[in-house]
Amino acid sequence: MRKITSAALGAALAGFASVPTTAAAEDLTLCWAAWDPANALVELSKEFEAQSGHNMNFEFVPWPNFADRMLNELNSGGKLCDLLIGDSQWIGGGAENGHYVKLNDFFDANDISMDDFAPATVYAYSTWPKGTPNYYALPAMGDANGWFYRADWFADPEIQAAFKEATGRDLAEPKSQKELLETAQFFQGREIDGKTVYGAAIFTERGSEGITMGVTSALYPWGFKYENTPGEYDMEGAVNSAEAVEALEFYKEFYETATPPGYTNSYMGESLDAFKSGQVAMAMNWFAFFPGLYADPNTGGDKIDFFVNPPQNNPGSTLGGQGISVVAYSDKQDAALEYIKWFSDPAVQAKWWELGGYSAHNSVLNDPGFVDSQPFAGDFLDAMGGVQDFWQEPAYAELLLAMQKRVHDYVVAGQGTAQEALDLLIEDWTEVFEDEGKL
Amino acid sequence: MSSTPIDAAARATPKRIARKIRGLSDRAIAWIFVAPTIFLLLAINIFPLIWTIQLSFTNYKANRIGREVKNIGLRNYERILTDSDIWLNMQATAHFLFWTITLQVIIGFFLAWLIHRNFKGNAFWTTVIVLPMMLSPAVVGNFWKFLYQPQIGLFNYIVGFFTGKDPSSFEMLGSVQLAPWSIVIVDTWMWTPFVMLICLAGLRSIPDYIYEAAEIDRASKFRQFWTITVPMVLPFLMLAVLFRGIENFKMFDLVVQLTGGGPGSTTELTSINLKREAFEKWRTGYASAYAIILFVTVFGLASIYVKALNKVKER
Repeated sequence: MRKITSAALGAALAGFASVPTTAAAEDLTLCWAAWDPANALVELSKEFEAQSGHNMNFEFVPWPNFADRMLNELNSGGKLCDLLIGDSQWIGGGAENGHYVKLNDFFDANDISMDDFAPATVYAYSTWPKGTPNYYALPAMGDANGWFYRADWFADPEIQAAFKEATGRDLAEPKSQKELLETAQFFQGREIDGKTVYGAAIFTERGSEGITMGVTSALYPWGFKYENTPGEYDMEGAVNSAEAVEALEFYKEFYETATPPGYTNSYMGESLDAFKSGQVAMAMNWFAFFPGLYADPNTGGDKIDFFVNPPQNNPGSTLGGQGISVVAYSDKQDAALEYIKWFSDPAVQAKWWELGGYSAHNSVLNDPGFVDSQPFAGDFLDAMGGVQDFWQEPAYAELLLAMQKRVHDYVVAGQGTAQEALDLLIEDWTEVFEDEGKL
Repeated sequence: MSSTPIDAAARATPKRIARKIRGLSDRAIAWIFVAPTIFLLLAINIFPLIWTIQLSFTNYKANRIGREVKNIGLRNYERILTDSDIWLNMQATAHFLFWTITLQVIIGFFLAWLIHRNFKGNAFWTTVIVLPMMLSPAVVGNFWKFLYQPQIGLFNYIVGFFTGKDPSSFEMLGSVQLAPWSIVIVDTWMWTPFVMLICLAGLRSIPDYIYEAAEIDRASKFRQFWTITVPMVLPFLMLAVLFRGIENFKMFDLVVQLTGGGPGSTTELTSINLKREAFEKWRTGYASAYAIILFVTVFGLASIYVKALNKVKER
């Protein structure tokens, strides 16, 4: 860790000297979600201000309202944001609707190579159409859905013995989705330190994207695919495959047998609260929160440990994270591009990781000290090797809300079967793609 | 010479303009005064309505500026009216409307009847009762969410205390059976005071001499209630029902805070669904058709109701 830190600081200072500055100082506004990494970015950006003379302002919106607020801003051609760290699924709409500036020429002129960033992040956060060398964002914040658990409970000999007796295996980080459920069920309703605790906190939120992000964390390890042939939108047999049905039934069973009472509309905040209050043995959440969890005085430190979303038929994690884009309606695009240039510097990326942001830069990820630099760093690398994202189409919001409805109807409200839910989802998605002229 | 402000203004008017005004008819002057209001009405009510009607026949999406807008005739209307999910939203809205209005009218009238009797602390209790309607719906939604929490919520605890059930054994917001009632309870808690105030106004408008005459005729209290109180308060009650009906048909914030429309789509009222279509999915043409259908429904029902209200008043 220290090795990375000192190298980062030295290189960062050297890096500042080489970044060109514009003649006039500008007031730049960067828009993002209000969460822990945003605070780290404020800290990081102070050095950009000192070096460039530009003044950085920040507009951070809480996650449940982030998409509404920012997409309204983009759709109305608003000038609030000069730079936007937008969700990965927005890239299609950002590119096709002209909200984001295409960055290819800028990257070429400034020797910024996408080969310097982790391929999964470039694919997910920067390119549109997917996988083509058309870049609309620089990978800013790698992220995936992972797990954390009460290491102190897992290490308790009495609990270990009870677990062994109940399951016939040793209590350890789950190696498969089914082990994950079995472990959560073991803790469900158990008395620990005089308190009733529960298995795990999972995502069940209805309004924005919560339950979709949770359910896909089960679907992907079962081998879920959106299309039989990429780019053909042929969903029949892929979205409602036998594996997908089994995974959805699994998630419902998880919700019904291993989560705290009243856990019907829960997402990131509720997951953190459940864990920090000592209510659950395990919880799913984005890696972005892990530095804060590790630093928590009550449930952090040696009381917590982390693991990647367990595989089932194959490894698979739900992608989070974002790229940073220049907003096409900004009058200060030159200064905004200057920020991107500065941010892409390997030294700045190293400091970004050090402050709590998740760099996607190869120089950081491939550093020999990276895996040991944080207790969750190795899991993060594992997760990013097997990530899968939701549709990134311009109509992604319609696709997402359809899935929110269908899976919440099935998992939480208990309406219909998993097969019916996925069949209806295909109908909804087919209608969207027909409206889009893609089917 | 008089010296009213109008005279002063007339004297101050430049002669050139005064000559022109002098030539205007009363009708023309009336139009000049009314014109700004008519202009505002057209700009913020009529024009958007006409534009919405026009959009409802297209596939327009407000977030896709460059996309070709096609006229698709009645396709949006057909889709909405044949969508079983939307009919479920309509059912959820009807359940919410019926039960909130019924409970609010019964409880509101009863509270007004109690408050109408003069007793010590009358003003204090009136203030206490109207407090909930002074709160923001977002605040009410949030704290009722805590009250309904199965493990620490006061509501579950009280129900558990009286019924002997384990408080965490039922979920008001998470159960398909209970969630529709949970939003009815909160709205009733918040808005019954409003109905009570209107009923109170009705009760206070009944002259005492009518009751005195009834007493002389030896009418029983029950008969006085059914033949004097209820008929004379009825127009007020009907007005309260109209207000609450229109308000609850548009209900959004309170329910979004409480359940977000869930579990599943159990409490997804039409206004929540419409907002999702219009401003989350950005299906502007479709949402316009949806809004027109809701508008016609509310307008039609309200017109019939107002006619009935006028008949009651004429009695």
